[in-house]
Amino acid sequence: MSRLVATGITVQRGGRRILNDVSASFSDGAFVAVIGANGAGKSTLLSVLAGLLKPDGGKTTLDGRPLADLDRKALARRRAYLPQNPCCEWPISVESLVALGLTPSLPAFGGFAPEVQDRVSQAIHACDLDDHREQAATTLSGGELARAMLARALVGDPDLLIADEPMAGLDPRHALDTMARLQRLAHSGKLVVASVHDLTLAARFSTHILALSHGSLIAHGPTGDTLSAALLREIFEVEARVSGRGADAAIDFLAPA
Amino acid sequence: MVLFLIAIASGAVWLSLSQILHVFGSNPTDLARLIVLDLRLPRAVLGILIGAALGLCGAVLQGLLRNPLADPGLLGISSGAALGAAIAIYFGLTTKFAYAAPALGLCGAVAATILTFVFGRGGTLSLILAGAAVSALAGAGLSLALNLAPNGTGAYEIMTWLMGSLTDVSWEQVKLAAPFIVVGMGILATTARSLDALSLGEVQAESLGVDPDRLRLTILVGVALCVGAATSVAGAIGFVGLISPHLVRPFVGHEPSRTLIPSALCGAALLLGADVCSRLLPFNGTEIKLGVFTAMVGAPFFFWLVMRVSRTAP
Repeated sequence: MSRLVATGITVQRGGRRILNDVSASFSDGAFVAVIGANGAGKSTLLSVLAGLLKPDGGKTTLDGRPLADLDRKALARRRAYLPQNPCCEWPISVESLVALGLTPSLPAFGGFAPEVQDRVSQAIHACDLDDHREQAATTLSGGELARAMLARALVGDPDLLIADEPMAGLDPRHALDTMARLQRLAHSGKLVVASVHDLTLAARFSTHILALSHGSLIAHGPTGDTLSAALLREIFEVEARVSGRGADAAIDFLAPA
Repeated sequence: MVLFLIAIASGAVWLSLSQILHVFGSNPTDLARLIVLDLRLPRAVLGILIGAALGLCGAVLQGLLRNPLADPGLLGISSGAALGAAIAIYFGLTTKFAYAAPALGLCGAVAATILTFVFGRGGTLSLILAGAAVSALAGAGLSLALNLAPNGTGAYEIMTWLMGSLTDVSWEQVKLAAPFIVVGMGILATTARSLDALSLGEVQAESLGVDPDRLRLTILVGVALCVGAATSVAGAIGFVGLISPHLVRPFVGHEPSRTLIPSALCGAALLLGADVCSRLLPFNGTEIKLGVFTAMVGAPFFFWLVMRVSRTAP
């Protein structure tokens, strides 16, 4: 069943078409890697899918209901969104930062219930941040902060995770960890849509690829069938070699096309 | 920590009462009672209300703008209120209708708020810029009023009132300001959770179900009620809103929601303390105005804050 459906999404900014009639549907259990060159419209598409940006044309539906009609809080409980390079503006502890992910399901006043504490602890543990619990978020390294933000996004157990480059700034081990975590999330029946710059990681972990070029949808399908040298030449204008499949896949860039 | 701050606040009240009793101890008991009940008590109550309102406004605005330099004055609301009340004095409306100054002060605050909101809807930076522009406009209006004041007395009245003071307040003024301040503070208190979410930035806050436009509107209404009412009865009292959140953060942490109530209590304590000091430090027999006193103490703090911000900024 298609959970999230985008139909004819068009976004214009300053006379320029950033997204041009993009239609795609996404099902539960998929980990969709959105790929494309810089400025292809990846971030814009993710904002539209998250219901944070109203497109100039087209609509997005979640379980058949237009995102625009959904109550903000109800949507926030089901969908988590991570922007590119998220930052924290006050020196609050990692624990408090992660707990902010539960904002939509907390009452307007009062402290945290014990089960909330448990969920926060689990999310912190899952993102390998046990040593940083009490540390101020503003003193974390870029990669640690990225993990804390992922924990923040996952703590509310969303059905749908939309993440804009969640791997940016992560060292190889934590990048692999994060990809594996997103893959497990998809395997457990959630829908994950994330823009990914590292194509080898995308080839190994994602179930689907969505390729954008200059605001238009070029390809959308299962990773093994879609991610080809021909596609990479079209969207990145480079010669590339795709070797292996699944967990052994690797992508090398050879020369400008 | 909250209890500790309550203790400070009430301590300031008792301190001021004991000073009064000490000063007026030689007078007949009924006179002392009259002074305590009709002069000192409304002054203290208004001081607590205004201090708490300013402290809360400062904490909320710093949370909203994610800027440690934010203050009710920053959004032009104080200036708007001051201009409104100055117009009342300039046109002599205060002589015809006693509450013209407070009423116009409120109108000024609301007008400044609306202006700031309309021009600052593009986000935090444009909100700060709009606030600066509204401040400049209101400042120009104030200068014009002083410039055109028909006689020295009018100008003097405006100047005196501008300096900010709790002298000569009565229960009437408490009754006039209290409802606005209480309602305004109630409105601001509901924003705590959203302010916390805002520490992740506007986009993430929005993804967590916070409506940034509605939040800005709510806060501007709450701040206008608080600051408009406070400024119109006590004049321009600066820096309390700026300092209070900074004083409580080392104790309660940086989560915006946790600074709100402590900052309000701290603001109340600060203002009461400042009022007591301004009363006890007569200078050639003239009482130092409260607004002048808070500015003298607050401005160096502001310098320190600017230095620290520029040092910690990348």
